[in-house]
Amino acid sequence: MTDEARTPATEHQAPAAEAPAIEATDLKRGYGGGFEAVRGLTFSVARGEVFALLGTNGAGKTSTVELLEGLAAPSGGTARVLGHDPYRERGLVRPRIGVMLQEGGFPSDLTVAETIRMWAGCTSGARPTGEALAAVGLTGREKVRIKQLSGGERRRLDLACALLGRPEVLFLDEPTTGLDAEGRRDTWELVRALRDQGTTVLLTTHYLEEAETLADRLAIMHRGRIVLSGTPAEVTAAQPARIRFTLPAHVPAAHLPTRLRAAADGTRIEIRTHALQDDLADLLGWAREHGVRLGGLDARSASLEEAFLDIASRTEDTDAPAAPKETAAR
Amino acid sequence: MSTQKQTHTDTHTPARTGGAAGAGRASTTATRLAALGRAELTLLGRNRNNLFIAVLMPLLMIFLMRTSLKGVDEATLGIPLSAATVIGGTGTVLLLVVYMSLTSSLVARREELVLKRLRTGEATDAEILAGSALPGTAIALAQCAILTVGGFTLLNADAPTRPDLLILGMLGMIALLVGLAAVTTSITRGVESAGLTTLPLFLVSAFGSGLFVPRDALPGLAADLSDLLPLSGVMEFVRAGWLGTAQSGSLLTAALNTVAWAVLTGWAVRRWFRWEPRR
Repeated sequence: MTDEARTPATEHQAPAAEAPAIEATDLKRGYGGGFEAVRGLTFSVARGEVFALLGTNGAGKTSTVELLEGLAAPSGGTARVLGHDPYRERGLVRPRIGVMLQEGGFPSDLTVAETIRMWAGCTSGARPTGEALAAVGLTGREKVRIKQLSGGERRRLDLACALLGRPEVLFLDEPTTGLDAEGRRDTWELVRALRDQGTTVLLTTHYLEEAETLADRLAIMHRGRIVLSGTPAEVTAAQPARIRFTLPAHVPAAHLPTRLRAAADGTRIEIRTHALQDDLADLLGWAREHGVRLGGLDARSASLEEAFLDIASRTEDTDAPAAPKETAAR
Repeated sequence: MSTQKQTHTDTHTPARTGGAAGAGRASTTATRLAALGRAELTLLGRNRNNLFIAVLMPLLMIFLMRTSLKGVDEATLGIPLSAATVIGGTGTVLLLVVYMSLTSSLVARREELVLKRLRTGEATDAEILAGSALPGTAIALAQCAILTVGGFTLLNADAPTRPDLLILGMLGMIALLVGLAAVTTSITRGVESAGLTTLPLFLVSAFGSGLFVPRDALPGLAADLSDLLPLSGVMEFVRAGWLGTAQSGSLLTAALNTVAWAVLTGWAVRRWFRWEPRR
């Protein structure tokens, strides 16, 4: 295509079986009015991998997934799905992928079976209706009109359509939003089963637990960029641990050992550290020595949640980690 | 999901009747059009408003038109009353059943996010539009066939002199109306307003393109201007098909009009058609 100069190495290879399932290179998506929802994403998903895009609302997850699904052309960079351009070569890509949008749409006056039948006519190698419905737990609901289904059942039907053609790559945009706890667990089980069969899954979610339990690898997006990526363990390990406590009113934060890079908000102190054990020992030693009582002492290792909240709290234009506002204690 | 494992006794019935479902074969333009058209037909049957527009309105309109034309003498009309009825009736049927009902069903599918969902599948944009238009087109063609036979037997109209031109005109009109319906959806916010947004084309065509009033009956300047209207070209072919009396050059003008409107409509669809609701 047009970007031979940019990626000569991959561009000249025939889309071999070895091509990654999904490959994004400096992917950008701008909307009218100059707003750029996706600002240069580069990542790839290997075959058979479950990859989660995490982010707050407005981080650009859906905009990214839509580019990979071939619903829109990127305004910059390239997208490859199974070695092909999902937008320009949609005829090659679509029969091999399954898509579940964040908000699915089915005609409210059709029944479940009629919807599957319609979808089957548009899907190569469609499974039998009964099998598709059984996979998502909708057996027995064939004759029910869409408008009479619960929100969770609609999501399941949507999933059934996405799975209808036994896709090699499955895109799930917030698949469990709106599901109850049981429905969510069922969907997780289904995704795991699909992965075991070799299906590549790219899912977006704002549930950390979902990303942590399902994903082989994940990327956290913020304001159109990937700020952190790796396996859940890697992402967590890159984050500092955190110690929080409150000092008595008569002890100024400045009296804390300088080595502990503490940040104070009034009497509330927060320490971020990659050496939790050492710093905690220093802190407790200092407190005992000076007879200081640490209120609400809380020390915890890094978690994905910490990483996520840290990123989500970043301000409008800077990509620097937000420090608790205040004066650093000396 | 394991929670609702049930027996497979009745699960294979839908698959067997579903044709493409379960066969495990590749989807083609034909299977996709059939699947989309079938779903749309089912939906038409379940929507009382659209059913009324597609089935009863044409009858009502043709009856009304004939009643009003009866008061006009044939010299003013320019063509026999029976011919005016079948020619105008053909146009009216296509406009109501193809254009008006397609506009409202496309808007309904768009607002329910069905169009967006369909676009994630293997069907191309053109197939989605064509599939949606299939049931209306089939019903309209059946009604035109009834009108033709009825005009021949009940109204003593002559048989179409140039069936080739008639068919060409009808096919051209259907294609143009599908495009115009797609364009109209971009100015239609919801299904409720489809009645209003389809009205301008309906009125302009009824009085300017020979649906209700034969264009032969229009005064000179109005007749010349009416050459420019979107359906005047295809209606000229329909008229020529029935009467076989195309004036010299008029078919050329009609063809030019049709091509121009087709290009304009195609451009407008690409430019303005929205596949998902405005947020």
